Amino acid sequence: MRLILIIAVLSFLAQLLLPWWSQALVAAATCSWLGQKAGQSFGQAFIGAALVWAGYALLIHFQTEGIMTSRMSQLIFKSASPAGILLLVPFVAGLTAGLAGLAGYYIRQAIAPSQQIVSKRA
Amino acid sequence: MNNLKAIGSSVAALVIIVALNRPWGATPAFGPLLSPFTGFWQNAESTATTDKEFTISGTRQPVTVLYDDVGVPHVFAQNDYDAYFAQGFVTARDRLWQMEFQTHAAAGRVSEIVGERALELDRFNRRMGMGFGAEKAVKTMLADPKTKEIVEAYTAGINAWIEQLNPATYPVEYKLLGYAPEPWTPIKCAYLLKQMTSTLAMGADDLRMTNLLKKYGAGVVADLFPDYPTREDPIIPLGTKWDFKPLPVPATPKDSVMQQRLLGMSAATFSAGLLRHDPSIGSNNWAVGAEKSATGYPILANDPHLTLSLPSIWYQIQLVTPTLNVYGASLPGAPGVIIGFNKQVAWGVTNVGADVLDFYTIQFRDNQHSAYLHDNQWKQTTRRIERIRVKGKPDVVDTVYYTHHGPVVYMGAQKPFRPNIPVGHAARWIAHEAANDLLCFYQLNRAVNYDDYVKALAHYAAPAQNFVFADNSKNIAISPNGRFPLKWKDQGKFILDGTSSAYDWQGWIPAEQNPRVKNPPRGFVSSANQFSTDPSYPYYLNWQFAPAERGRRINQRLTAMQGATADSLRGLQNDNLNLRAVDALPVWMPLVEAKRLSGPQTKALEIVKAWNRYNDAGAVGASIFTVWYEQLMESVWKDEFDAGDTLPMRYPSFDRTLTLMQREPQARWFDNVKTPQRETITDVVTQAFQAACDSLQKKHGELGSAWAWSKHKNTSIRHLIPGMDAFSAIGIQNGGGATVVNATSEKHGPSWRMVVALGPSPKAYGVYPGGQSGNPGSPLYQNMIQTWADGKLNELLYLQQATDKHPRLAYKLVLQQR
Repeated sequence: MRLILIIAVLSFLAQLLLPWWSQALVAAATCSWLGQKAGQSFGQAFIGAALVWAGYALLIHFQTEGIMTSRMSQLIFKSASPAGILLLVPFVAGLTAGLAGLAGYYIRQAIAPSQQIVSKRA
Repeated sequence: MNNLKAIGSSVAALVIIVALNRPWGATPAFGPLLSPFTGFWQNAESTATTDKEFTISGTRQPVTVLYDDVGVPHVFAQNDYDAYFAQGFVTARDRLWQMEFQTHAAAGRVSEIVGERALELDRFNRRMGMGFGAEKAVKTMLADPKTKEIVEAYTAGINAWIEQLNPATYPVEYKLLGYAPEPWTPIKCAYLLKQMTSTLAMGADDLRMTNLLKKYGAGVVADLFPDYPTREDPIIPLGTKWDFKPLPVPATPKDSVMQQRLLGMSAATFSAGLLRHDPSIGSNNWAVGAEKSATGYPILANDPHLTLSLPSIWYQIQLVTPTLNVYGASLPGAPGVIIGFNKQVAWGVTNVGADVLDFYTIQFRDNQHSAYLHDNQWKQTTRRIERIRVKGKPDVVDTVYYTHHGPVVYMGAQKPFRPNIPVGHAARWIAHEAANDLLCFYQLNRAVNYDDYVKALAHYAAPAQNFVFADNSKNIAISPNGRFPLKWKDQGKFILDGTSSAYDWQGWIPAEQNPRVKNPPRGFVSSANQFSTDPSYPYYLNWQFAPAERGRRINQRLTAMQGATADSLRGLQNDNLNLRAVDALPVWMPLVEAKRLSGPQTKALEIVKAWNRYNDAGAVGASIFTVWYEQLMESVWKDEFDAGDTLPMRYPSFDRTLTLMQREPQARWFDNVKTPQRETITDVVTQAFQAACDSLQKKHGELGSAWAWSKHKNTSIRHLIPGMDAFSAIGIQNGGGATVVNATSEKHGPSWRMVVALGPSPKAYGVYPGGQSGNPGSPLYQNMIQTWADGKLNELLYLQQATDKHPRLAYKLVLQQR
């Protein structure tokens, strides 16, 4: 849970200034520091980053009455329903950050495998 | 093991990031595109608006822009420079991608954006001399202090907008196509105007007519392709006296050896295929005089017909300074107003189909192409190197040889992009002339009376337009106006001999002798691209113009009209009477052999009989008539006048065809020479009707409401990027037709409708099929389409001061100096 929150906050801040893939750096760094298991690193990085994109996208979607969302859905999915694009967006962020989080975790394991035991649940 | 997992997962993460961060062919880079921080989300606009302030450098004093509820900027500046600066700024704010894309297209630079698939388009525009013409035009613009000021101010304003953008705020098309805006330069304004010339004054039948002459001889060509139609009502009313002493017209040369050889040339030397000038690219305008109007002042109307596209072709704007208050439709990319009004005058334009593009056969000395024969001398060509940048590929370098006529568009084994361009011929084209067309609009924007209008028009070269005019001193006028070459009769109807100066363009019709009429006795002036004048005009403009149906119908209605109001003119703009059907059906109907028709075909014929001849949205008769007409033209002419690629030809006009049916029903043309039996006119008309029914049934199913005109016509307004349906408006349900006053067809239509009632203070109305914003994510992208399709107009807010209050004003934008 903590991991999700940290990744969400940091990736949001990073993307205000840096390119979209900065969320991957955030996920990798955070998971290498706090990741405890591979699956947890992937999952929580996925959720943390996806939440940011989903939240921001939904905010814009509702503020602008979905005009652009429906045109882009038409373009990408040939459907005026915004559902597809509203699912695709967090998935892309999640997959990117999730894989990066997993990589961060495994890199840490490769460098200092003891970390997993030391940092038992506080 | 841990190392392997670390490497494996890192590689997977990197692969996904890299894959999402780059485009794949035409598929954009999905990572940045989908990101709510940088992607298309950032282009989503809300209906809620708040006042905005930009602190920028470039203006001389602060500028206030009031936006109304349909997004029209009303610019209040304290000097002219600032007004045009602000025009550039607000136009770029709404239309940057479109402005740049259109000028890139004109300059032959689309390959830079989309890659190799645009290469032949780019090559064509460059080889036609678009760059050559634009370079001359910008030099002329910058040589005049007034147009220099407005072009430079407009340029600076656009650049001030571009400078404060970042990749997240670029228009969405840049994100989809993966490139970035570049700084605007004055030559781009020239390119935009050249693009209009290319759209409106690039028609050329020279090649096809030459082929016809070769195949059928001068007699048949003169008979089937006459120099004046049977049904016509020219723009300058019959009986108007020419109040000038005409210049002597150059002598028609005796056919030279070269001209004879030209006719003997094999078709393979020419290019292949057919490309007809689309008759639905045309326009209507008119003005009714004070005596015909309910207000006692003239009322003016204009609707230019162009290829319907999004972002919209036009951009409404009001420009107010201490010495100027003009409102109207501007072209994104050109400073000032093109069609509009001020306190005293209103003006509008339709296209003049004068022949201002001719082709000359060039005889090079050798395959070095450094010299060509002209008046028994070898004259030097000049070479122009065109370097085309192609996305993802090395640059393409193209050499174009210029003669004194103009560029040799295609040579040797090159395959023309447009099939009406003959290979081995130089193009003499009005777009290559140095002219300052902008000065005309600059002066019209400030005109206060008829004399100002006449003076402004003298600066205008191309594309030639029928400038309609009305003022609040109760004058109305119209003038087919542009720079017209002084030609012998029919010069350029066929390909010309490039080796003799007798065939050259030999000077110009003096601007003051262009056709013009002021306050004619009939109480109105009008144009709809038909013949400019009757044959009494002492100069030759062209042997063919757009079909006369729209013009004739407008004149019928205006002749009958009394007590006209802005709303009655709006009604006329939406008139759906199909005069072509009114002309044709009395001839065709008696020729249909009813006993040969099937049950459904008989029913269809009944529908046509009962049809009121209006191309209204629900009219099934309009669909049947239109397809019948298409089939009939094919069955009369295809067998003899379509030899495919081996010898590109064209069909006689509909007017000539109908006259032939009325006066020479036994003519040999009605027989299909490809069949052993001899067809009569009855066979042709009946079979064409049957074919029309079959074709409609195949397309729409059983005869019924599925055959409704609006469904068959299927008007669509498409985004400038081909295939971008998501940003287009498809299948608009309305009436109209190519030869109907409401000239809405599948792809073309009224691109701006305006009605201005003059008076102590003007009352104006207008709409175009789109919206002020070019951003597909804006509520103002397509907001006017329904109003347009319904045939309604919005009132145009003609404000006087920046402090004016009006319930339709939405928000304010202020440009503060840095």
